[in-house]
Amino acid sequence: MAGRTLYDKIWNSHVARDYGDGSALIYADRHLLHEVSTPQSFLAIEVKGHAVRRPDANLAVPDHSVPTRDRGSEIADPQARAQTARLAENVARHAIPFIPLSDARQGIVHVMGPEQGFTLPGMTLVCGDSHTSTHGAFGALAFGIGASECGIVMATQCLRQKKSKTMRVRIVGERGGWLSAKDIALALISEIGANGASGHAIEYAGPVVEAMTMAERMTLCNMAIETGARVGMVAPDGTTYAYLENRPMAPKGAMWDLALAHWKTLASDPEADFDRDMEFDVTGLAPYVTWGTSPEDALPITARVPDPAWASDASKRTRQTGALSYMGLEPGTPLIETPIDKVFIGSCTNGRLEDLRAAARVLKGRKVADGVELIIVPGSGLVRAQAEAEKLDRIFLEAGAEWRYAGCSLCVAMNGDRVAPGERCASTSNRNFEGRQGPGGRTHLMSPQMAAAAAVTGRLTDVRDLQELSS
Amino acid sequence: MMPFEKISSRAVWLPEDNIDTDVIYPARFLLIMDREGLGRYLFHDRRFDAHGNPIPGFPLDAPGAEGAKVLVAGDGFGCGSSREQAVWTLLGHGFRVIIAPGFGDIFAANCLKNGLLPLTVSRELATELGEAAAAGSVFEADLETMQVTVDGREVIRIDLGEKQRQAMLNGWDETDILLREDGDHIDAFEAGHRQRQPWLFHTET
Repeated sequence: MAGRTLYDKIWNSHVARDYGDGSALIYADRHLLHEVSTPQSFLAIEVKGHAVRRPDANLAVPDHSVPTRDRGSEIADPQARAQTARLAENVARHAIPFIPLSDARQGIVHVMGPEQGFTLPGMTLVCGDSHTSTHGAFGALAFGIGASECGIVMATQCLRQKKSKTMRVRIVGERGGWLSAKDIALALISEIGANGASGHAIEYAGPVVEAMTMAERMTLCNMAIETGARVGMVAPDGTTYAYLENRPMAPKGAMWDLALAHWKTLASDPEADFDRDMEFDVTGLAPYVTWGTSPEDALPITARVPDPAWASDASKRTRQTGALSYMGLEPGTPLIETPIDKVFIGSCTNGRLEDLRAAARVLKGRKVADGVELIIVPGSGLVRAQAEAEKLDRIFLEAGAEWRYAGCSLCVAMNGDRVAPGERCASTSNRNFEGRQGPGGRTHLMSPQMAAAAAVTGRLTDVRDLQELSS
Repeated sequence: MMPFEKISSRAVWLPEDNIDTDVIYPARFLLIMDREGLGRYLFHDRRFDAHGNPIPGFPLDAPGAEGAKVLVAGDGFGCGSSREQAVWTLLGHGFRVIIAPGFGDIFAANCLKNGLLPLTVSRELATELGEAAAAGSVFEADLETMQVTVDGREVIRIDLGEKQRQAMLNGWDETDILLREDGDHIDAFEAGHRQRQPWLFHTET
């Protein structure tokens, strides 16, 4: 008998009904809600008179449109205020557990969920946000859904799903000490392409992944969606269990032992077949940055802006030409000569304590370059508190950065934080799409270390050079 | 959702690859909590400058594009954010069929929940259909015959499961269908699941 993959095992244990055509009714164990993708979902079920089937399987928090500058009594923007208020009203009406803006645990859904132990191995978890793939870092089957599906899950606890193909990405080689999970994620996306893994569930494996912390695994799985894969996952192991034990919502006592025994059966069988299997060697990899308007437009920081004339086909050439025009870049220019105006450190990709520590190591004793604005937005209130306990906030403030409250902030630019037209931003977020950080804004994706280095020099910078300069 | 009735119209060609949902529906409009009336924001920042003035040259605003119900797009159409507004704005503008070499997975799923038909074709066929669209050909799509024709010639045989076809033809709401057809299965599964993985049913905040 052929072995089963991690994905197969979780899928199989959640089939409420097999339709026999490659699709099934999949039971969703957990649903995370935020203010932006759910107003229409609640309307859809209420107009039909459907109840929320299991309120306790849901957890709601405002994150996308909330201000991060201050936590005053009222949100200034009337639309954002109304949306955040609507979430509170909706969840109250259906008795859904809720973490309000004033709560210390408030944060980005994909930072808060794992932090609280809401995310567990072997479970199915959905959320109206494409970066739900983040939770796959725990060996969960987690994926983003639309507003209609949010309503369906609330009413039925299930979704009709077509089974994905499976793809294993074995990450191997010697990882340089300064090479972050973000660099690996960007390098992988440039290799696979923005749609290269469409229709697939990715399992990240291999020695480099096994040695990663949970924060690093979350960064990696977070960006699976940027290859087109709805799902990115890592088999749970000792690192996973150590992270989860004693988290507020994780099982306790005898229930923990029972869960742990099950979790240890989840890893892909050695003889399991994947529809695709690739190996990715990180030996000698330089830090990565993006130059264009798709996360696949990523290159080592040591490279030059590409020339569309060299693109492999006409459609790529057209897209690259458009991207360079939008980004205001000239082919052949070394990437490190690109000046920047803003720096954003945060998001569900890189807004965790380890990310802030990495940025602080670069910023310690340095100053943000003249004319550059650096904002640092922790992924949750707890991350903020931990960073302050470690006095990271002092390092940031002394460097001239703004130290913010938790939220999605400049990753999606819905809360008043914006990159102005023509401005260039070094950003630790996940998408460099046109207008993503504000209409006409130009985004370069990179790791927290690299973003901090860019803030210090005022241009895209190889963080390794900066470290040599200071030593 | 809106029932899918046979359509006949001209088509718009947008050949660019990787048109993401931020381009289709910019994030700042996500603060709007309606799902109706979003058509005016479709490809907003490609069509209007910072002062709201039209930017000439976008295919959607070309002469002859008005009233088009079919969009021929590049690969990876609808990649990125899960925002269902990307579907609602396309529907609001009048589109009912999107033809492309590939779609974002979440976007394609959202289409089917709303009566917008995503059709995946080869890159060669997409280019051929795009050229036909640019030349003013008439596209027809029919879920009774499962055909898409261009100027009367069949170009695509629609591949859609029977359940999905019926749902789209009739405009059925998926929650209603699940509760009606699958309710017993859900109850039975949930009871067993609770026995097998009881820790999933103990949540406390």
